[in-house]
Amino acid sequence: MDNLLSIVTFIPAVAAAILAVFLRGQDAAAQRNAKWVALIATTLTFVVSLFILFQFDPSNTGFQMVEEREWLLGLQYKMGVDGISVLFVMLTTFIMPLTIAASWTVTTRVKEYMIAFLLLETLMLGVFMALDLVLFYLFFEAGLIPMFLIIGIWGGRERIYASFKFFLYTFLGSVLMLVAMVAMFSDAGTTDIADLLKHEFESETFSILGVHVIGGMQTLMFLAFFASFAVKMPMWPVHTWLPDAHVQAPTAGSVVLAAILLKMGGYGFLRFSLPMFPVGTEVLTPLVLWMSAIAIVYTSLVALAQEDMKKLIAYSSVAHMGYVTMGIFAANQQGVDGAIFQMISHGFISGALFLCVGVIYDRMHTREIDAYGGLVNRMPAYALIFMFFTMANVGLPGTSGFVGEFLTLVGVFQVNTWVAAVATSGVILSAAYALWLYRRVVFGDLIKESLRTITDMNKRERAIFAPLVVMTLLLGVYPRLVTDITGPSVEALISNVETAQAVAQAATQLAETSH
Amino acid sequence: MQADLSIILPEIVLSAYALLALLGVAYTGQDRMAGMLVWVTAGLFALLAIWIGASGTGTRTAFGGMFNDDGFARFAKVMILLSAAAVLVLGQDYMSRRGILRFEYPLLVALAVVGMMVMVSAGDLMALYMGLELQSLSLYVVASLRRDSAKSTEAGLKYFVLGALSSGLLLYGASLIYGFAGTTLFSGIIAAAEGQAPIGLLIGLVFVISGLAFKISAVPFHMWTPDVYEGAPTPITAFFATAPKMAAMGLFARVVHDAFGGVVADWQQVLALLALLSMFLGAFAAIGQTDIKRLMAYSSIAHMGYALMGLAAGTVFGVQAMLIYMAIYVTMNVGTFAFILSMERDGQPVTDIRSLALYSRAEPGRALAMLILLFSLAGVPPLLGFFGKLYVLRAAYEGGLGWLAIAGVVASVIGAFYYLRIVFYMYFGEEGTGVETGRSPVQWAFLMGSAAVMLLGIVNMFGVEAMAQAAAATLVN
Repeated sequence: MDNLLSIVTFIPAVAAAILAVFLRGQDAAAQRNAKWVALIATTLTFVVSLFILFQFDPSNTGFQMVEEREWLLGLQYKMGVDGISVLFVMLTTFIMPLTIAASWTVTTRVKEYMIAFLLLETLMLGVFMALDLVLFYLFFEAGLIPMFLIIGIWGGRERIYASFKFFLYTFLGSVLMLVAMVAMFSDAGTTDIADLLKHEFESETFSILGVHVIGGMQTLMFLAFFASFAVKMPMWPVHTWLPDAHVQAPTAGSVVLAAILLKMGGYGFLRFSLPMFPVGTEVLTPLVLWMSAIAIVYTSLVALAQEDMKKLIAYSSVAHMGYVTMGIFAANQQGVDGAIFQMISHGFISGALFLCVGVIYDRMHTREIDAYGGLVNRMPAYALIFMFFTMANVGLPGTSGFVGEFLTLVGVFQVNTWVAAVATSGVILSAAYALWLYRRVVFGDLIKESLRTITDMNKRERAIFAPLVVMTLLLGVYPRLVTDITGPSVEALISNVETAQAVAQAATQLAETSH
Repeated sequence: MQADLSIILPEIVLSAYALLALLGVAYTGQDRMAGMLVWVTAGLFALLAIWIGASGTGTRTAFGGMFNDDGFARFAKVMILLSAAAVLVLGQDYMSRRGILRFEYPLLVALAVVGMMVMVSAGDLMALYMGLELQSLSLYVVASLRRDSAKSTEAGLKYFVLGALSSGLLLYGASLIYGFAGTTLFSGIIAAAEGQAPIGLLIGLVFVISGLAFKISAVPFHMWTPDVYEGAPTPITAFFATAPKMAAMGLFARVVHDAFGGVVADWQQVLALLALLSMFLGAFAAIGQTDIKRLMAYSSIAHMGYALMGLAAGTVFGVQAMLIYMAIYVTMNVGTFAFILSMERDGQPVTDIRSLALYSRAEPGRALAMLILLFSLAGVPPLLGFFGKLYVLRAAYEGGLGWLAIAGVVASVIGAFYYLRIVFYMYFGEEGTGVETGRSPVQWAFLMGSAAVMLLGIVNMFGVEAMAQAAAATLVN
């Protein structure tokens, strides 16, 4: 099959169209049908996407399973995967059936809800597979529409504010990237990502309005892309939309946001910023590294002060994304491998944590930490699962959380010891807030009257957690599952970046000596 | 002479139709015939559009260069005719139920369309002015069609006074150009402006641009737009937002390229400034609006800014981008106004956006179509509105206006807010008084069709891209 990627991408969209056209009514039967259609479609997507993994050849560092068609304006519809993107595709198809299953208790406007999630899956898969600049942007931005509706319609009390903030914040970041894309299109004459990766963008220093721009065009383009990806990631100090969006989004929305949407930023850095603007990257690496270090420490401290469980986990996500950016911009094998690993692992762990919150939110309809306490007495299974993912979040060896953090720290240590030192303190802080949260919610005596009748997890909920537990453990004890796939592509990426940086450096030196 | 007349045959047919129908109806049926007349006129528009669209390629000129029949003119004419036909048909139900469907309405629109067709074909300052005035005079009357409404009358009067002022500016500029170039023919002006243009010619150009900027309601000549949009009956607002905008943009492109194509750098900065101001004012001023017609007025101001951005690039690609942008803009507006026309409560038209509270519960299909149109207006991918923006951004960047492109995208984020606000009312709002929209199948069809185009157009834009490219190539040389 030479259009396997398109098939995988558009199965959910087709299911959404079927729901939109054929499903009528709002009664219980129609709601159940909508849920089943969505669950079957996302599961089918996952099963078909396994073929991508089987066909994938890790030793090939180029793009594989490429499809290409002509499109408007000299653009093209081009899809493909390489070692960097294939795992994100798998992560997306893996997480989506779980989020649908976790939404089984939704009762308002179920049909629209499922359509929004199915369309979102198509768009997210498109982001990771697109091999055309504008096609990438199309998928990247279009995801805002269903997410805006998910937060706005099915969200909590402050959902309106959160949905507008989410939309406008990320939209502003992305449009600057669009201008840079237009500039790249004009400069290189193509929007094919494979060709752009080979194109050398202008990096000669020039000055605008009296300001010297070291690294020239590359630095400017890097900044434009950075504006978009840093917001999406999100990096400190542009992370403030995330806690609001997370808190207000329904559980499944939070899971998708944390597990997949945040990864688009990191993927963007690896696909565009690093390989296309190596000189710009070199110029701005210290800034990004320090921003990451600050993010890790600062947001961990902020997490300590939270009263709302979802907000706490949201801040912890920002901190973990700090490790990712740090690893990416360390720009060595361990750092980048670790960053990808951390993103995949964070997809499982943070998704699971939001699901944990969802389990008790469904029962008590509050996310206040103070409203809970002593849950272990009534919910032993829940306590165990929550404990497992809390430990994974802290980075306990044996869970996947450890591998990512460790690799990124090793990577950055070789580049900037101080950043590594500051970031390592985040490991301790994360243990502090995560364990403290756990103690307040789960341990202690069950003294709250409202909690006396709370029930433990049912079969559906256990079934949702099972695959996440398996993956977290599996990647924790056998990380080569990930690094074997990413390794060769990352190696090629890094050697390209280093060569380009060396060439640019030699050119600058030559220019200096000749003056 | 024979050849000349055959070139302007579509215009002659349309004028003759309008005049004969006026004569006939005045003696016979009067307003009882109006409904039928609307359909006949719209049908004639559609036929003429097909005729012009199929009339082959090549460039012909008539009356010693006063009138051009080239690819650009044909593209613009097809757009004008089709959008005018759509808007006429859309408004018929609305007007007849409110007793304002007079037989003059379709005929005045037909005359305005003749004026627009002359505008986009103009090869001479006199032809330009004749076309413009024929269009404007018809529109002044149409704006105040609702004689017993103070607002409608006010709209017509405001439009007339300010329109007359702008015509004065334009005429003054034309006289300066004539004085310095010694001719009113565009081909003569472009020769006179070769190399270093005399300063008088440039001052004249600035006056002409000011007059034209009024017609497309670019900032700072936009003041009339919100009041006229709000005051005029909604079908007429819909008309104002579509065909005349297309015609004025076409004329704008003609003047700056046909007559002043040699001094691109001189008008580029003026256009860039107009574009910048329009985009930002349109984005900011619409935020506070609660009346959807006023909101659409500011939205159209912002959209004209983007179209001007394409034109300001001063390249073939820039004109192509402008044409594509306008084609998309007109399609979106037809759909949006189809929805606005259908908004009513107890038979009375409603224009307050708060009345749309939780509209998506009552009418999920229409709400979804409107959602698509609003996101398309905001320029959010994957809808067609985004591609319009992409074209003009690329044109601006390649024309050396990178700063304008950056300003444009920032303005589009600000503008996104007010489109989102309508989505917010439709989807997440609190329960309100509600609004009915279920009357006319024609309006439903246009709303759905327009939304479908926004969604499906991204596959290949229905070939408009290539047509616009051919059209642009004939204009710029």
